[in-house]
Amino acid sequence: MAATRTLVRPAPQNPRLTVPEVDIRICLGTGGVAAGSREVLKAFEEELARQDVLAVIRPREDKCEGRTVSVTGTGCQGLCAMDPLVEIHLRRNGKSSKVTYGLVTPAMVPEIIEKHILGGEVIKKWLVLTDEGPTEYNPFYDAQEKLTLRHVGIIDPEDIDDYLEAGGYQALYKVLSEMTPAEVIDEIKRSGLRGRGGAGFPTGQKWEFAAGYQSPDGVKYFICNGDEGDPGAFMDCSALEGEPHAVFEGMAIGAYAIGASVGYMYVRAEYPLALRRIKIGLEVAEERGLLGDNIMGSDFSFHIKLKEGAGAFVCGEETALMQSIEGDRGMPRLRPPFPAESGLWRRPTNINNVETLAVVPWIITNGAAAFAARGYENSKGTKVFALAGKVNRTGLAEVPMGMTLREVIFGIGGGVKKGKKFKAVQMGGPSGGCLPESLLDLPVDYETINKTGAIVGSGGMIVIDEDNCIVDTARYFLSFTQSESCGKCPPCRIGTKRMLDLLTKICEGKGTLADLDFLEKMAEQVKIGSLCALGGTAPNPVFTALKYFRDEFEEHVVDKRCRAGICTALVTYSIDPEACTGCRACVRVCPTEAITGERKEAHVIDNELCIKCGACYEKCRFDAVRRS
Amino acid sequence: MLTDAERLRIEETFALYESRSASAVDGLLIIQQSRGWVSDEALADLAQFLAVSTHSLESLASFYSMIFRHPVGRHVIMVCESVCCWIAGSAELTAYLNDRLSVGLGETTADGRFTLLPVVCLGACDRAPAMMVDGRLHGPVVAADIDSILSQYP
Ligand SMILES: Cc1cc2nc3c(=O)[nH]c(=O)nc-3n(C[C@H](O)[C@H](O)[C@H](O)COP(=O)(O)O)c2cc1C
Repeated sequence: MAATRTLVRPAPQNPRLTVPEVDIRICLGTGGVAAGSREVLKAFEEELARQDVLAVIRPREDKCEGRTVSVTGTGCQGLCAMDPLVEIHLRRNGKSSKVTYGLVTPAMVPEIIEKHILGGEVIKKWLVLTDEGPTEYNPFYDAQEKLTLRHVGIIDPEDIDDYLEAGGYQALYKVLSEMTPAEVIDEIKRSGLRGRGGAGFPTGQKWEFAAGYQSPDGVKYFICNGDEGDPGAFMDCSALEGEPHAVFEGMAIGAYAIGASVGYMYVRAEYPLALRRIKIGLEVAEERGLLGDNIMGSDFSFHIKLKEGAGAFVCGEETALMQSIEGDRGMPRLRPPFPAESGLWRRPTNINNVETLAVVPWIITNGAAAFAARGYENSKGTKVFALAGKVNRTGLAEVPMGMTLREVIFGIGGGVKKGKKFKAVQMGGPSGGCLPESLLDLPVDYETINKTGAIVGSGGMIVIDEDNCIVDTARYFLSFTQSESCGKCPPCRIGTKRMLDLLTKICEGKGTLADLDFLEKMAEQVKIGSLCALGGTAPNPVFTALKYFRDEFEEHVVDKRCRAGICTALVTYSIDPEACTGCRACVRVCPTEAITGERKEAHVIDNELCIKCGACYEKCRFDAVRRS
Repeated sequence: MLTDAERLRIEETFALYESRSASAVDGLLIIQQSRGWVSDEALADLAQFLAVSTHSLESLASFYSMIFRHPVGRHVIMVCESVCCWIAGSAELTAYLNDRLSVGLGETTADGRFTLLPVVCLGACDRAPAMMVDGRLHGPVVAADIDSILSQYP
């Protein structure tokens, strides 16, 4: 194919004139915007103008002559806990420096401009990162290796030239000009890349299947799964918002490998910013001949169409997703036939997750061996993990697989918020489970985590502390799967409902030991009997909770006690007369007048009147209100 | 009757698929974008336009939570109930909104200003608890911030 035509190597059209002195990058990811980064960007624009500094504000302007400062909106920079993040590169008198400030507000901007940009002085109190020495946030960055998110947070996702300047679409060029489809598949196979959408299926092997089936009319499909329904995971969102072209490029490489001419990106409606950037990107990529007919002048044509979801978690499941594209209710169907044989409109179809596809160009450019050199046993390369819940540094971290849970949660994540005690990490969302402290030294790879009963899933790690109740958390997940069950098969539809009822009963203090056994049995039935993985994995949160935290369940049913004080029916409040100073603060907040007592004398709670709202517990400054 | 503009936009989606009926969800979303919600009448018009049965379109519309089959307020508030938001206190957030707006989840305020809806994940787990108003994300939201957030949506 390559021999017959001369290909046009992709190059930026308007090379971005490197601004000589100051390069300011502001995170405009969804999280950054919610934290106020647009206002910060505006403040930079206005303040620079006010101080007569000629600046170029991208992406709106791209003329740089005579200007010494550039301001760029980027995708997510990772350390979301410190959003809005502002990264400033200075290049002056032959010296260069890079400094990142966190929690930036418009009010801080004049000082940053005056002291740092004009004066060259680093403002220590707002510092997150500097190349001059470690800060308390270095552990978050140092252990990371960004392959998948290589450009996210650095370049402007709305400007294709930024991606092209960073080497974008060169992998596709390499594939089209010097590799056969079989060679591409071989390369991906040797890299050891496994699907990042949850199941961890080897990507090269999947492509090989799809390549092996012939379509009756020659049409094959290549789908990118951007439904990202897993609660606690937001890396696909960040990849799509931060560098959509990397995902297109990965799709095009995969499509070439399997012989597909049409691609779909299925992206959930809850991600409006990602949807917008994909639309912008697709249009310009076609215009530049990087997608569409005869890509880069080759014989290969590939069109990507964008399909917006409409709010249904189950549509992330591949067969449901294809039903949804076909315009039906997104309900899973039995496999086989697998999509590789008969997928969308009964044509051979390949489906991959966003993160899987985003790293493909890196593998092609750097070689399978470089990817396989990272990672662990059968889990090669890097994976993006989303740190959320009660962890100090929430955000996205891309690390080589095989790092221990402790290194990720305590090293990168900085441990539990407010110095609370770690209870569990929830991995894999509603299909996964809660792992206790004793398992934190396990490496994060597919096989090891599977053995615990949880799953790596899409890479969400939700930290749960002593204030969360394990039984209530299991109940929460069942209520999630129960309401997201599409209702097609009874084990999932009815079984999850029965499990939820049992868990609710336990949380209400009406459970018995026999209920725990029954719950386990039900869970087994739902696992075996369900049609798709939604039902098949729905019991996992319950299995792991019972396996690692059985004592907490038993406390609920035997002692009628919830140690976290979450299950209201099991909680009683009392006041320690020794600690009470008689300040009457609790008396004033109690909505039912259940607390009585004279000023400067110990107060008492009337348990008949108490509605267990916990207002007194929160209010007391002397730790005199006890919850048991 | 579908408006010309709606018709045009729906026709544009035909190119995306192998069959016309596949444009059903897009059609519903397009109608919703222009009218705020999908009435029985609009649904019947769309069914006719796509040559599918009203019944199957109805069942489709009820499957997807982002298709509104009742009128919604001028602004749609989506409160995330996903796990990270839940452990960060989304229940209190919802309770405050219920109280402040005198509506339950799935309801619209008497003055037609807000509709309050639950959503399973906004992908803003790092900013939990989060909510989205008309596609704009807010978070982390504490009850004390809500009044000032709401005031941005007259
Ligand atoms: C209930 C359910 C929900 C799923 N949701 C997603 C999702 O949101 N995103 C995703 O990429 N995969 C999801 N999957 C997995 C897909 O079915 C499929 O395995 C994946 O998209 C394949 O891509 P990969 O090989 O690159 O991982 C889900 C699976 C199930 C059973």
